[in-house]
Amino acid sequence: MGGLNYTMLDTAKLSTAELYGKTLTDLAEDHPEIVGLTADLAKSTKIGVLGEKFPERLFNLGIAEQNLFGTAAGMALNGLVPFVSTFAIFTTMRALDQVHTDICYQNLNVKMIATHAGLSFGQAGSTHHCTEDLSIMRAMANCKVIAPADGMETALAVRAAYETPGPVYIRINRGFDQKVYDNMDYGFEIGKAVELHEGTDLTIIACGSAVWSAREAANVLEQVDGIRARVLDMHTIKPLDKEAVLSAVHDTRRIITVEDHNIVGGLGSAVAEVMAESGKACAFKRLGVPDTFSIIGLHEDLMAHYGYDINGILKTARELMGADFEEDNDWDDEI
Amino acid sequence: MGLEREEYLRLDNKARELRKLIIDTVVWAGSGHVGGALSSIDILTLLYYKYMNIDVDNPGWEDRDRFILSKGHIGVGLAPVLADKGFFSKELLETYNHTGSSLGMHLDKNKVVGLDASTGSLGHGLPLSLGLGLSARLKGQSFKTYCLMGDGECDEGSVWEAAMAISHYKLTSVIPIVDRNRCMIDGRTSDVMTLEPFADKWRSFGFEVLEVDGHDLHSLSDAIETARMASVKPAVIIANTKKGCGVEFMTDDYRYHYAGFDVDKAEECRVEIDRYHEMRING
Repeated sequence: MGGLNYTMLDTAKLSTAELYGKTLTDLAEDHPEIVGLTADLAKSTKIGVLGEKFPERLFNLGIAEQNLFGTAAGMALNGLVPFVSTFAIFTTMRALDQVHTDICYQNLNVKMIATHAGLSFGQAGSTHHCTEDLSIMRAMANCKVIAPADGMETALAVRAAYETPGPVYIRINRGFDQKVYDNMDYGFEIGKAVELHEGTDLTIIACGSAVWSAREAANVLEQVDGIRARVLDMHTIKPLDKEAVLSAVHDTRRIITVEDHNIVGGLGSAVAEVMAESGKACAFKRLGVPDTFSIIGLHEDLMAHYGYDINGILKTARELMGADFEEDNDWDDEI
Repeated sequence: MGLEREEYLRLDNKARELRKLIIDTVVWAGSGHVGGALSSIDILTLLYYKYMNIDVDNPGWEDRDRFILSKGHIGVGLAPVLADKGFFSKELLETYNHTGSSLGMHLDKNKVVGLDASTGSLGHGLPLSLGLGLSARLKGQSFKTYCLMGDGECDEGSVWEAAMAISHYKLTSVIPIVDRNRCMIDGRTSDVMTLEPFADKWRSFGFEVLEVDGHDLHSLSDAIETARMASVKPAVIIANTKKGCGVEFMTDDYRYHYAGFDVDKAEECRVEIDRYHEMRING
C-alpha cells in the first residue's frame, strides 16, 4: 500500500472527500493513465487536488454531466483510467443513460466517485440529496458498488477501485463523517464485509455513514442492555458478501440494516434478497429514509429524524430483541 | 479538387456493392433501419475505403483512426462495411438479428470485431469522440476520430454539450459528420423539431462548417480532406443526404426509417441500386 500513509491525525484533519483527492493524486503519481474529470465541482468533490499536481490530467467539462460521463467512457476506450467526480444525484440520475450505456454496458474502466450522497447535503434539499443511487447502481450489470464508512475506508476503496478492472461506483458524503477506522490494516477487500463488533444476539449490517452509528449503538447495547450485537461494515453493496449475511442469519437470527439511503432498493433490499432466498427464518428490519423525499436539516438531525442514528438503531434493536418470531407458529395474526 | 476518375469509380462501385449488401442484410435480419443506412453509406465508403487508417489484422491497434457510429441504429449499414473490410466473415451477416447472434440492431463493441464503440442511445457518440480525442492528445497520439450523427439526433442536448467542449479544447482531431437526411421516425425534421438555422448553430459553437452533398463522392471527399487538415478550429461536415438514397421508392421518405422486404422487393431494390449508380457514374 505505497503512497497511502495516513494517520489518525490526518483523518482527523482531512474530510472524506479530501482524503479521496489526496489518494487519487498519490495514485496518479504512480500511474500516468489515471485522469480526473468533473463538471464544475472540482472543489466540492476535491478531485481538484489532482489538478493542482497534474493540471493536464484534470478535465473540467463545465456543467454538462452527460458529456462528462460520455467523455470519460471515450477516454477509457483509449486505455486511460478516468476517475469521474460529481454529486451522486447527477452521476446516477442526470447522466444515467451515459453511465449505463457508455460505461457499464461497454464494461469500461471508469471509476465513478460520487460525493454528497445520501442526506449528507442536508440543507440543500431533495434536489441535491441522493437516496436512490445504491438502488440504481446495483441494477447496473458489470458495476461494483461501494459505500465506504469513513475517510480511511474511502482511501482504501479508491485504491481498490483502481486495481479492479471495469466500472466501479463509490459513493461518499459531503465529507464530515465520523471516523470509524484508526488504521488501514484491517484487510479491506471489495465484496468482503468487515466485522466491527462481535455478537450473537442480533446483527446490524450498515454501510457508509451509518457504520459509525451502528458500532456506537452496539457498544451501548452491550453496556446497557447486555445485548451482544454483531456489526458488519457492508461497504460493498455489489457484489454483496452473501456469506456474511448468511452467517448472520444462522448465528443471530435477527438482522437490522442501516443505510443513508431510501430503504427501497439499497443495502436493506440487497440483504433481504439473500436472506429470503436462503429460506431461513430471521427477524428483519430496514432502517434508512422511509421512501420519502427528506425534510431539510443537518445531516445528523435528518438521520435522527428518520430513526437511523444511534438512538434509532437502539430503539429498533430493543424492539427486535423483544419480538418472538421464531417460536410463533400461528400465522393468522400476522396476515 | 475532387477524386481522380479511377478512384471515383472504385469508390462508387464499392458504395454500390455495400448498398446491395445492406439490402441483403435487411432481408436476412427480417427488417432494419434501411433508410438511414442508405443515406450514410457514401460517407462510410469514403471513410473506410479511403481515409481511415486502420489495420484489419490488428483491430485493437492503439493508433488507428476511430469511427464512432453515433446514429447507432444503422448497425445494418455499418456491419456490412466491417464484414466487407474483413473484420469478420460475410456469412455472419446472415445471422443478423437472429437470437443469440453477435450482430443485432445496435452493434456491441464487445461482440463485433472492428467496432470502436457500442452505440444506440442517441447523443452519445460525440461525447465518446471527445474522450477519444482528449485521451489521444494526452498520450501524444495523432489519430482522427470520425463521429457520424443523424440530424434528428442533434435534438439531443448532449450533442451540444460535447460540441461546446470540442470547441473549447480546439480538438480538431474529432471530426463530426452529420447525415442531414431531414427525416426522423415521426416525420420530417422540420415538422417534428426545427433544426434550422442548423449550420449557424454549429458556427456559433465555434465550428468551421463544411456543407456538402452527402452523395457526391467528390465534394464529400473534399470536405473530409479539409476537416482532416483543420488545426486551429474544429470542423463539422453537414452532409445533405436523402434517406433511402439509391432506391427510388424509398428516397426521401421518412417512413423507410425502418423497413423489411420480401425477396421480390429486395430484388427490386438491387435493380434500383444499379440504375442509381449507373446514373451517378455516367453523370
